[in-house]
Amino acid sequence: MSPVRARVTPLACLVVLAIVAPALAPERPTEQFADRTYAPPMRVHVRDASGWRAPFAYPQVLEDRVMRRYGEDRTRPMPISWFTNGRAASIPADGGPLLLLGADSLGRDILSRLLVGMGRSLGVALAGALGGLVLGALVGGWAGSRGGRVDHALMLVADFILVLPGAYVVLVLRGTLPLTLSPAAVFALLAGLFAVSSWPHVARGVRAIVATERARDYAEAARASGAGSARLMWHLLPAAGGFLLVEVVLLVPALLVAEATVSFLGLGFPEATPSWGTMLQEAHNVTMMAEAPWMLAPALAILLVVFALQATSGARAQNLVAAISSRS
Amino acid sequence: MDHRITPVTAGLAAFLVRRLLTALVFVLIVSSSALVLARLAPGDAATGSSLQTSQTQLDATRARLHLDRPVAWQLADWFGGLARLDLGRSSLYDQPVTGLLRERAPRTAALASVALAIAAAVALPLGMVTGAKPRGLVARLVTPISLALVSCPPLIGALALLWLALSTHWLPATTGSLAVPALALALPLAATMERLQSQAIADALAAPDLLAAAARGIPPTRLVWVHAMRQSLRPVLGIFGIVIGSVFSGSLAVEWVTSWPGLGRLMYDAVINRDVFLVTGCAFVGAALIALGNLIADLARAVVDPRVQEGL
Repeated sequence: MSPVRARVTPLACLVVLAIVAPALAPERPTEQFADRTYAPPMRVHVRDASGWRAPFAYPQVLEDRVMRRYGEDRTRPMPISWFTNGRAASIPADGGPLLLLGADSLGRDILSRLLVGMGRSLGVALAGALGGLVLGALVGGWAGSRGGRVDHALMLVADFILVLPGAYVVLVLRGTLPLTLSPAAVFALLAGLFAVSSWPHVARGVRAIVATERARDYAEAARASGAGSARLMWHLLPAAGGFLLVEVVLLVPALLVAEATVSFLGLGFPEATPSWGTMLQEAHNVTMMAEAPWMLAPALAILLVVFALQATSGARAQNLVAAISSRS
Repeated sequence: MDHRITPVTAGLAAFLVRRLLTALVFVLIVSSSALVLARLAPGDAATGSSLQTSQTQLDATRARLHLDRPVAWQLADWFGGLARLDLGRSSLYDQPVTGLLRERAPRTAALASVALAIAAAVALPLGMVTGAKPRGLVARLVTPISLALVSCPPLIGALALLWLALSTHWLPATTGSLAVPALALALPLAATMERLQSQAIADALAAPDLLAAAARGIPPTRLVWVHAMRQSLRPVLGIFGIVIGSVFSGSLAVEWVTSWPGLGRLMYDAVINRDVFLVTGCAFVGAALIALGNLIADLARAVVDPRVQEGL
């Protein structure tokens, strides 16, 4: 496999997973189950007194409402059925909800919210990264193929934004826009903000590549046959293709964290709309953190995605520099 | 007087002046953009903060806060105040912005510098060892940990460390303790610095001049810790400028998770409550801190590598 494809494949797998994930959710992500506030993850058993069995679970029962103590109803083993009624895993209705990763403060299934939220979080990161790539490629390509004063001015702007701390830029831009919006509007807005804050890094790289290409014979030939700046850029940009593919693998994890941060601060998706960031917002409750650590599941999910994407991008020194400067 | 020192120092002084001017322009652009953005945001401090509903009361509040003036006037007014070191009055806290900043900015600066210091103190010596002996025991232990931590976002790191502190009590989890926030910021930073230092040492040792030095019989320890280290300074100092922005950026989430009373929370409250002068003040101090950090990093680089003075 070519090195570039090896880097992009994991991202493609994640995107497919995010598309399929909502269909795998065992429960409805917005359903609030009575008596399941901060319920711990249910254990899946494969063995009982009589020996090995197909996976089953015992229904959860609330033993002490004040202390939020939960137990298992050992008298009623519930076999887990796979891919029935449009759910990847379920137990019979009289056994209550199947909470494989526990429940949150409103008694909602964390696993289902995680699976449904994955598409939203990864989607906004991917949309922002693609926006940043397009913007960066255009600005960098224009600067590189024009050269001179335009180049200098555009790179000055890019450097200016690069020095600014990304999280604060997004905070101020997002905070100065209307605060309560529909989930679709938030999606578009965040993707736009992420694109605006991530283009300079892309533009820097593209500009360097395009500026080198400009000295080549085919660029000279294009100019000689009357190509204008835009046409010339069109010829030179494909040279940056490999760089752009690698860059998207660096940008997506950075923006995934950015979504988490913005939603964590309450400036992202509305609370009822599951995304990894809004879920984390609820997890940050110091008293609950020790008692209900399963609320941190989205943090683990983010970490896994970040690791999966960064491990494949081959952490060499120059990549590290890129990774830091694109990290917001 | 040594005749060779004068031109170098003069070059350095000119370099410093140029960088100072750039930093000043940077700080002024950041603060005025923040003021304009906060001013153009829908809603203002008069509608956001209170229960008063009548139009006359709203108008009175707007007049008191000068919100009825055009943006350009406000900008000019703010610059006029800056000359007298007066950053205006916070409408949210109803006190001078300078006082609020004097209380909060040092905490963010302290957090960032402690994180940088921890990271450098741990990572640079480790990087020297792993770079000099890539197949040694230390390298085998440290390299995978570094590679994993490089991409650990401060938000996640802070949540994980806070959880660790709460459940094991190995770290103090109380508000106001520096351990959790500083470590959360320092971990990815240390990992990055360790990798870079390691790479720089490996590159330096492979270079012909050090090969020649080794052939002359300079002992390996001296070769690594004196000769290679001197050459590795340049790439590692080069990263500091970039790192400062990312540390600052990470501090927003970290301050939030650990309730560290720094600039992050102040700026957030200011933005949400449309407190124009407080937003501007926070942007001003934040930009000044970043500019200062970059200036120190550039100066260090210029001292180590005179070519930098001409390039910038």
